[in-house]
Amino acid sequence: MEAFQCLTSRVVVLPVDNIDTDQIIPARFLKTTDKNGLGASLFADWRYLADGQPDPAFVLNRPESEGAQVLLVGDNFGCGSSREHAAWALLGWGFRAVISTSFADIFRNNALKNGLLPVVVTPEVHRALIRTFTQDPAQTLTIDLETQTLRWLDQAVQFPIDPFSKDCLLRGVDELGYLLSLETEITAFEAKYLTG
Amino acid sequence: MMTPKTLFEKIWERHVVVEPPASPAVLYVDLHLVHEVTSPQAFSALREKGLRVRRPERTFATVDHGVPTLPPPDGRPEGRLAFADELSRRQIRQLEDNCREFGIQLMGLDSPYQGIVHVVGPELGLTQPGLTIVCGDSHTSTHGAFGALAFGIGTSEVEHVLATQCLLQRRPKTFLVNMEGYPSKGVTAKDMILALIAQIGTGGGTGHVLEYAGPAVRALSMEERMTLCNMSIEAGARAGMVAPDDVTFEYLFGRPFAPKGEAWEKAVAYWRTLPSDEGAVYDKVVTLDISDLEPMITYGTNPGMGMPITARIPDPTTVTDPAQRAALEKALAYMGLRPGEPLVGHPVDVVFIGSCTNGRLTDLRQAASLLRGRKVAPNVRVLVVPGSQQVKRAAEAEGLDRIFKEAGAEWREPGCSMCIAMNGDALQPGQYAVSTSNRNFEGRQGRGGRTFLASPLTAAATAINGVITDPRTLL
Repeated sequence: MEAFQCLTSRVVVLPVDNIDTDQIIPARFLKTTDKNGLGASLFADWRYLADGQPDPAFVLNRPESEGAQVLLVGDNFGCGSSREHAAWALLGWGFRAVISTSFADIFRNNALKNGLLPVVVTPEVHRALIRTFTQDPAQTLTIDLETQTLRWLDQAVQFPIDPFSKDCLLRGVDELGYLLSLETEITAFEAKYLTG
Repeated sequence: MMTPKTLFEKIWERHVVVEPPASPAVLYVDLHLVHEVTSPQAFSALREKGLRVRRPERTFATVDHGVPTLPPPDGRPEGRLAFADELSRRQIRQLEDNCREFGIQLMGLDSPYQGIVHVVGPELGLTQPGLTIVCGDSHTSTHGAFGALAFGIGTSEVEHVLATQCLLQRRPKTFLVNMEGYPSKGVTAKDMILALIAQIGTGGGTGHVLEYAGPAVRALSMEERMTLCNMSIEAGARAGMVAPDDVTFEYLFGRPFAPKGEAWEKAVAYWRTLPSDEGAVYDKVVTLDISDLEPMITYGTNPGMGMPITARIPDPTTVTDPAQRAALEKALAYMGLRPGEPLVGHPVDVVFIGSCTNGRLTDLRQAASLLRGRKVAPNVRVLVVPGSQQVKRAAEAEGLDRIFKEAGAEWREPGCSMCIAMNGDALQPGQYAVSTSNRNFEGRQGRGGRTFLASPLTAAATAINGVITDPRTLL
């Protein structure tokens, strides 16, 4: 997993509530056995017209979205299916952080395990961000994970993240390594639990 | 005196391997269910890292998401693959290879137990009270109906469980859902859960484990409790639970993986200690009175956009919250529906009866009770997809397949089918469907398809009339 420390980027604004994982990546793209190459299918049914051409009205297809690493979305982002392909597709497109007022539980877990940072902000901050980055798509936002700060224009706000996830992201380490390091504890637990 | 505990707390605490300060708990997993769509990358990662499956005997696999449901043309179970596209065929083959390589029991295409993972686990008796159960599928919440802690996980977590039989978990909050009263005729568990989601919203249970309680829940059969718990995730809750009782034990007794003899007595004695203690405290509580509940149906593009079947489509101009108003406008535009109109009488193109929500024997019996001696409307395509091979055989033994076929419905092979539309069973753009599945998201049942979620009774009644129908008019 790629480490996340600090980034400065333009922001793609998609202020829709309850964006489910079927919108992030429709089920027909889940037939892959790979994690790579899913960026082209991100938001496929919103992004492409029925004839397969990009819909110029959809935000990802606007020139100013190219190269942006931050996605700003509405409440309860990532609800629905557990497909980790949603996180892989966002990363595949180039996003490294998603900002919302809340995230669905499974999506949040999947994002954190892949180096995609879910940033939760208050409704007030959310409104301010939407206003700023809708009005001026060229404006940039800085996300500093170490200090848990969002900075844009003359604003700075803190965002929450649990210390364990933060540490994993900052160092770019996989949780599996940590679990494997607990071999002794797991074996001891099994000895007691599986016979008791 | 001991602090009173909830069902969730009892199971959680028994499974914590270690919980270092400032770190998530390490939770032991009793049962891991695997299917072909969310597991290939996990097995590949194990192979790349040179890891093995720690407890292959606690892992069971089946194929469901991508399997075609058309009857095999050559009569062999594998023959169904003739209808699969190259990618799905490869996924299914890869699961077979992975299970062989890592020593995992697979209920594959040729198994008499193949079916939707959340139908198969309970009917084999793998799903039991007090267990922690995970699967790379959000509807794993289904298994909570037995008083298990069961939740969906992503593919990285599938890898973690395969390698360590453990997961890193932050302790969720608890949410008691009290269902008072008893449902009237024509009202099912599906209507109860759609009513709850309409009330608390698709994010209402986020961060929580739901526990369903109250007389209306106690009175449900195991299959109905599974329908209830199945859709917990549609309220944002990763898990939903019902405390085990005699209904649970009766269902499990004698199933292939259920304990036998003395072990059974010991297990039941333990299971009886699981229900939440008197005075246990929940982080949230909601109470619903079921006695006045009508059959429910959704009108929008998330499962929270549901209403009683006799109601009229809500009007966005009466919604004060701007985000909610925008969401409703967007949903109605996608659905091609006008505010203020009733849904009853709205034409449909397809009726889908099946899925991990409503693809069990009870569901098929309910649908058949209305279709018996009747015909489906000529302009409607009706798919009946049993949840598993066992459900299919049981339904056929009762002659339900004949009722469906004589009515003009298609009787299919088990799988997820049109709930997720990965296997060729899909709506065409613009088509309307009444579906007994769990998600009405845009494009969920096929790009441009428009879904009304409802119970098997409402689906069958709609199939007969060709327009959305209140099932109580045909009972």
